[in-house]
Amino acid sequence: MRPLSAPRRPRALPRDPAPSKWKYRYQRMMLTPGFRTLIRVGAPLALVTLISVSWISHDANREMAVAKLQEMKRGVQQRPEFMVAALDVTGADDALTTTVLTQLAVVFPISSFDLDLENVRSTVEALDGVRSARVRVGDAGVLNVDITPRTPVALWRDGLELRLLDQEGTFAGFVATRAQRLDLPLIAGDGAQAHIAEALALFRDAKPIADRVRGLVRMGERRWDLVLDRDQRILLPGENPVAALDRVIVLHQARDMLDRDVAVVDMRNGNRPTIRMNKEAADAFRRVSQTEADN
Amino acid sequence: MGDLYDSQRAMRRMRKAAMQRGVIAILDIGTSKIACLVLRFDGPETFRGADGIGSLAGQSSFRVIGAATTRSRGVKFGEVDAMQETERAIRTAVQAAQKMANVRVDHVIACIAGGRPKSYGLDGAVDIENGLVTDGDIGRVMAACDVPDYGEERDVLHAQPVNFALDNRSGMADPRGQIGNQLTCDMHMLTVDSIALQNIFFCIKRCDLELAGIASSAYASGISSLVEDEQELGAACIDLGGGSTSISVFMKKHMIFADTVRMGGDHVTGDISMGLSVPMATAERIKTFYGGVMATGMDDREMIEIGGDTGDYEHDRRTVSRAELIGIMRPRVEEILEEVRARLDAAGFEHLPSQQIVLTGGASQIPGLDGLASKILGQQVRLGRPLRVQGLPQAAIGPAFSGAVGLTLFAAHPQDEWWDFEIPADKYPARSLKRAVKWFKDNW
Repeated sequence: MRPLSAPRRPRALPRDPAPSKWKYRYQRMMLTPGFRTLIRVGAPLALVTLISVSWISHDANREMAVAKLQEMKRGVQQRPEFMVAALDVTGADDALTTTVLTQLAVVFPISSFDLDLENVRSTVEALDGVRSARVRVGDAGVLNVDITPRTPVALWRDGLELRLLDQEGTFAGFVATRAQRLDLPLIAGDGAQAHIAEALALFRDAKPIADRVRGLVRMGERRWDLVLDRDQRILLPGENPVAALDRVIVLHQARDMLDRDVAVVDMRNGNRPTIRMNKEAADAFRRVSQTEADN
Repeated sequence: MGDLYDSQRAMRRMRKAAMQRGVIAILDIGTSKIACLVLRFDGPETFRGADGIGSLAGQSSFRVIGAATTRSRGVKFGEVDAMQETERAIRTAVQAAQKMANVRVDHVIACIAGGRPKSYGLDGAVDIENGLVTDGDIGRVMAACDVPDYGEERDVLHAQPVNFALDNRSGMADPRGQIGNQLTCDMHMLTVDSIALQNIFFCIKRCDLELAGIASSAYASGISSLVEDEQELGAACIDLGGGSTSISVFMKKHMIFADTVRMGGDHVTGDISMGLSVPMATAERIKTFYGGVMATGMDDREMIEIGGDTGDYEHDRRTVSRAELIGIMRPRVEEILEEVRARLDAAGFEHLPSQQIVLTGGASQIPGLDGLASKILGQQVRLGRPLRVQGLPQAAIGPAFSGAVGLTLFAAHPQDEWWDFEIPADKYPARSLKRAVKWFKDNW
């Protein structure tokens, strides 16, 4: 009798396990070291590149990234370690310090990244009384401006103004009245500031009559006139004025020339020094001579 | 003569390239199975000089990193019968081996079992010009061997110098640098059918692989399953394969004869299938589980269910005694062995100093075969297993893999062949440009 259960399935022959040609080739390709490296490295790289490029290609994203970056930058720059809170001016007198403070007009606190030190320095050095300046951000967030001020050596009367001049003849500030700087010699006339050294030498030379000297006037941008009180003038030559002044001083010391009623001592021509007297003195002299002649 | 060996020389170059890449595949295309081994040449022996054979018989230079076997399809008598099928089988084996090795192989050394191999013994003699044997003289004496007319449709598979004689001294392995007047060379040449060879070429090419060498499976089995003294003193290796039985005779470590009997284990299976009227798959199973060649009284009582799938109870419950099974198998095995005996006799095997016979191959695992073989082939018969190579998986160390293992040895240490020597310049074709280039190369 046949069993009622289904006959046992004949065991099917194992399916041909042969790979298809393309599967075989694919497997071989995947076993190639170079190709595997390409897949392992290249594919993630390509994916990342693709994503980032598609993200960057939107303007809004780009702007957002830039804004974020700026914000981060500001965040770092605004850290308290980098903040400058005060200004310290050293080496200058009170007036100059005030001027520097008003000129700089820096709003504190400010990040040291935003501070243009070069600009600060040039601004400070552009001031009249400043010879040079060193600017640095010092300890504890202090902007340190170290000023070397100009030292005035002469006063220059330019029209109605009295200016201070330093060694090089550079303008170093104003003075309201002569009385403020009686220690400085006074010079005047066009082109006087260019010959400060000569003027100072003349002033030094005129030390024996220093109490009588009022100032030096540059005449015709060529030569000096030494002006004394009582409206006396010593006209000095353009060349070698010091020697000419020496002669006048020697004459003065020997004959008290300048104490006499002399208006002008003209030394312009070294061979022929000339004296002009006052009108009254001349008249008197003339009268005396007449009288003597008459006698 | 030169053009004939161009493909062999090309294969040798390919083998060198494969060695530099360090990975080479072994493909044993048999009738019953296709085995693929992937070898990696990275051992300490790889980079030592060619001074003798190194440790572990020179096998420490490589190890097997991938092995796969698949049922062979489309191969008959060791020859490609259905190319598409064979190609698919090769692909299966190669893919599995590659997967195991996790490396891509491009170069393949294959062996051919069929193709009706035919052995020739050649000899040649030349006079030594300046009394000292040089490399050029070796090339010349080999070129001087008179090649027999082996037919249009055949190709030379091996051409190995077996023996050199200088004047009256014979049995020299390497006469270079010795002094003499006349150099004589004995050479063993093996030819196979061109068609069979080309089919294998083509199959491998269709699998995107490059053939880096091809050897006769008789030779490969011999070098893997004969031990050193057997190779030295003279022995025959009988590789009982699925579709063909390969015979190779070794002497002084050289193969001096090879032949095949176009019968093998598949014919035994076919006999069982016909005798018991069961399908081939069942017959194969019965053969491997219960097969034998020496019947005893016990075997009459051992009944084997041979089954069936017809639905007829009587037919499906058939049994057969083991003695009957042996009665079917034994005549066929005897026939094969007698054919082998005839081939060995024809080759003059009885004149060798030692007449060791080594049975290997898948069909050599039939129980009792050694007893039967000693009755037919002589007393000195043993069952041979291939040499153990490094990394070979347990499943692939049986005698069925002696061909594949022999190919690994062939890949690691190929014997010198005719085409490995310089072609003497006067044998070059009259292509003056090529000769000029060669002259430049030799002189600078």
